[in-house]
Amino acid sequence: MVDRIADPWGERTPYGPGQQWPVRVDRYLADGRSDADVDRWVQSASVLHSNGDALDIGVAEGRIVGVRGRAVDRINRGRVDPKDLYGWQANHSPDRLTRPLVRDGDRLVETDWDTAMGRIVARSKELLDGPGGWGHFGFYTSGQLFLEEYYTLGVIGKAGLGTPHMDGNTRLCTATAAAAMKASFGTDGQPGSYTDVDHCDAIALWGHNVAETQTVLWMRMLDRRRGPNPPAMLAVDPRATPVAREADLHLAVRNGTNVALMNGLLREIIRRGWYDHDYVEAHMLGFDELCRIVDGYPPSRVADICDVPAADVERAAELLGASQRLLSTVLQGFYQSNQATAAACGVNNLHLVRGMIGRPGAGIYQMNGQPTAQNTRETGADGDLPGLRNWDNQRHVEELARLWNVDVDTIPHWAPPTHAMQIFRYAEQGSIKLLWISATNPAVSLPELHRIRQILTRPELFVVVQDLFLTETAELADVVLPAATWGEKTGTFTSVDRTVHISDKAVDPPGEARPDLDIFLDYARRMDFRDRDGQPLIDWSGPEEVFEAWKECSRGRPCDYTGITYEKLRGGSGIQWPCTDEHPDGTERLYTDGHFHTDPDYCETYGHDLATGAEFTEAEYRAKEPKGRAFLHTVDYQPSPEVPDDQHPLLLTTGRTVYQFHTRTKTGRAPQLNQAAPDVWVELNPADAARFGIVEGDLVGVSSARGAIQARARLCGIRPGVVFLPFHYGYFDQDPTDRTPRAANELTITAWDPVSKQPLFKVAAVAVAKLADGRGVPSPAPTVGGSAPPADADVPPTVGGPAAEATSGKE
Amino acid sequence: MHLAHYLGLLHRAQVNLADAFRQVADAHAEEPDIEHLCQQQAKRCDAHAEQLHPFVARYSEDAPDEPDRLHSQLFTGTRTGGIGLLRDLQDLYLMAAECDITWTVVGQAAYGARDKELLAVVRRCEGETAIQLKWLRTRMKAAAPQALVVAD
Repeated sequence: MVDRIADPWGERTPYGPGQQWPVRVDRYLADGRSDADVDRWVQSASVLHSNGDALDIGVAEGRIVGVRGRAVDRINRGRVDPKDLYGWQANHSPDRLTRPLVRDGDRLVETDWDTAMGRIVARSKELLDGPGGWGHFGFYTSGQLFLEEYYTLGVIGKAGLGTPHMDGNTRLCTATAAAAMKASFGTDGQPGSYTDVDHCDAIALWGHNVAETQTVLWMRMLDRRRGPNPPAMLAVDPRATPVAREADLHLAVRNGTNVALMNGLLREIIRRGWYDHDYVEAHMLGFDELCRIVDGYPPSRVADICDVPAADVERAAELLGASQRLLSTVLQGFYQSNQATAAACGVNNLHLVRGMIGRPGAGIYQMNGQPTAQNTRETGADGDLPGLRNWDNQRHVEELARLWNVDVDTIPHWAPPTHAMQIFRYAEQGSIKLLWISATNPAVSLPELHRIRQILTRPELFVVVQDLFLTETAELADVVLPAATWGEKTGTFTSVDRTVHISDKAVDPPGEARPDLDIFLDYARRMDFRDRDGQPLIDWSGPEEVFEAWKECSRGRPCDYTGITYEKLRGGSGIQWPCTDEHPDGTERLYTDGHFHTDPDYCETYGHDLATGAEFTEAEYRAKEPKGRAFLHTVDYQPSPEVPDDQHPLLLTTGRTVYQFHTRTKTGRAPQLNQAAPDVWVELNPADAARFGIVEGDLVGVSSARGAIQARARLCGIRPGVVFLPFHYGYFDQDPTDRTPRAANELTITAWDPVSKQPLFKVAAVAVAKLADGRGVPSPAPTVGGSAPPADADVPPTVGGPAAEATSGKE
Repeated sequence: MHLAHYLGLLHRAQVNLADAFRQVADAHAEEPDIEHLCQQQAKRCDAHAEQLHPFVARYSEDAPDEPDRLHSQLFTGTRTGGIGLLRDLQDLYLMAAECDITWTVVGQAAYGARDKELLAVVRRCEGETAIQLKWLRTRMKAAAPQALVVAD
């Protein structure tokens, strides 16, 4: 038995370079059940993080009773993240939405589907009538639905209504990954494979606390670190995360300065001859300009800007430069920070100039934060054109028009898609009048929450929310649609390293809740969207039909799914796209021949100026004659839009704990997870805490120019001058009449990266003040992860106890 | 040599553009990207003006009198709302376009004057002005349909 709350990563299974990662099957069955008590196992994969861990859902008497990892799968080899071990219990939560709700004055009242959908359709038809009607619709979706649902939503938006106002909450998590890969390689799509961990000799983690965000990937890294010939490890993070503690070198940079660091590291790599001259000559564009810019970042200047020792910058460059098989992973410390796209491109540059791409061990993971974010991007539910097509390429738009049999000008392609923050701005100004939010909770997750709540409660704005529970966002809706969730519907989704999994229906949804796909299809039917021949635009009835249609849409594009079927996905391991007739088993790595997706007829973008987001034209792009070469892009460092001052002397960064996902809609309803991290806390460096007279457990007020919250203090290893708040905690489990401000996003700034349009969650200026004495009671922060207190602190360890007993073994 | 007048024209155009960027940033602070990027570009214009300054001083020493109607007024203050934003960006676009063509003219003159230092400044700055134009065009293209067709 193993308590996977006390030890989220479980027992080590060490292995050496080039060996296969050993199997370890993790299992949790509730109420003391064993395998003998399970009627059937239903194949699925994780939807509580982006790693794509394959697992089976155990069913007994028509209910989910537990999960176990799939030993056969390439991604996890049987392992399961603690969120997945325990999180499924939320499916059975008594407060699941089981009937549609409609607004009646200041109340939401239960109704039937006909009434709820009737209201949405009546308002939609009213808005669509007249020139510019498309512009009144906004869709804000998720990184947690299935591929089939996103594709359907994308077709409704682009070919049915014809609106560019569609985005996912993937804008908050993974937009920069997509933008950086488009900029460097020509299209979205991860070059690497998770098996690069098996082969690498160095791992660099750029703003990526993988130990808490993708625990199974971290287990793989730890197993290499405990085996023979372990990889060196570099961590860049302002917090003392488990990754930073494990790393050979930790650069606790000042938030918002990543571009200066990347420029400085590239300068050292180039100056000291650690780049691959022949590879650069043959496969790169922009090397001279790159050299010109990075030359301005000697270690001493990087040290000044980033506030790390110059010697450490040199040591980091040595670690990177000495590696022969370098693996990099990048996440929110870069994506949600200042100059996000430029910083993420900096990691691409490092790999490109060293030729560290497209071979075992030499890989890049521009990570996703969410389980199905990859599909939001591929299918166009983030506003992009499906199949990683280029909205500015007329021929790409014509392909879609032919596929959907609609007029080419129905499809919005006159400008880039409207990103999430701009959608909310149009709603604030009143030009978007219907906002349909599916499977996400912007009333807790977007920046500057008082503003978001104001927008969602505007009487002129008709808000539809489709979710499992009455979230903080659903409370403000005009119509609430009860959705089925993972385990209650069938569909596919794709991991960071392009591995496609199927998730089959295991049990029926509660009450009248319906799969999101059924809801979208019902809307399309009721709206009576037609193609050019007067036939129904969307005639699909179930997920497999949609998947087959999607395969045609993906044909010939980087994310080619044409060789995949539901049947092929069942039984074995997941399959990596592109998967075609020529590559029926999928494709492990991209760019193995140094030929990138930058051909003008194939690429997903004609490029941007990274400092402003200014777009280049097709003619300008063609003039560069990319011919399959990758782009080396960088810019000069610019300070964040908000930096500390006398009134707000500290920098706020927000993030996650291993025990919670997003706004706790599910994990907050799984007892073991919620008890491990039940309430918000604020992390302070002991030096800062002493300055403000704060000790462990004290109630602290944290305020910015936007708002103020309260949280109990955890003194820990965060860098001085920086405070951390987990962004998970909203208000759904507080008494509506007596809510204490605690959501981190009350404080965050409304600002975004000029290229990826990803909001900046890592660089708000805040003040802290002690509000009340903790009387020796420690904060509710877990002792596991980035919030771990110093070893000598008198804080009881986070444990799960008997209720969290799981099994783990070789089988 | 009349180069001093064109240098003066460019210098003033950069100063005016910096000021206009700042006014637009303040007037449309509810559009965070506009505010942030206009402030950023204002600084860029300041830097251009600063780099031009020594050449203005050098060439004005032996310059004839300034010709009539050298300068023109392109900006008379900001507006509000969606269409107001579009018009303000359009003003910035025209001002940046004036800078853009003036960099070209000054660059040609720098060739004539065999002034390598001035040419280097032109080469450094004209690309940044071109990016300003591109950014303004990009932002206006995205905003136009909503402001002109959709909004009430």
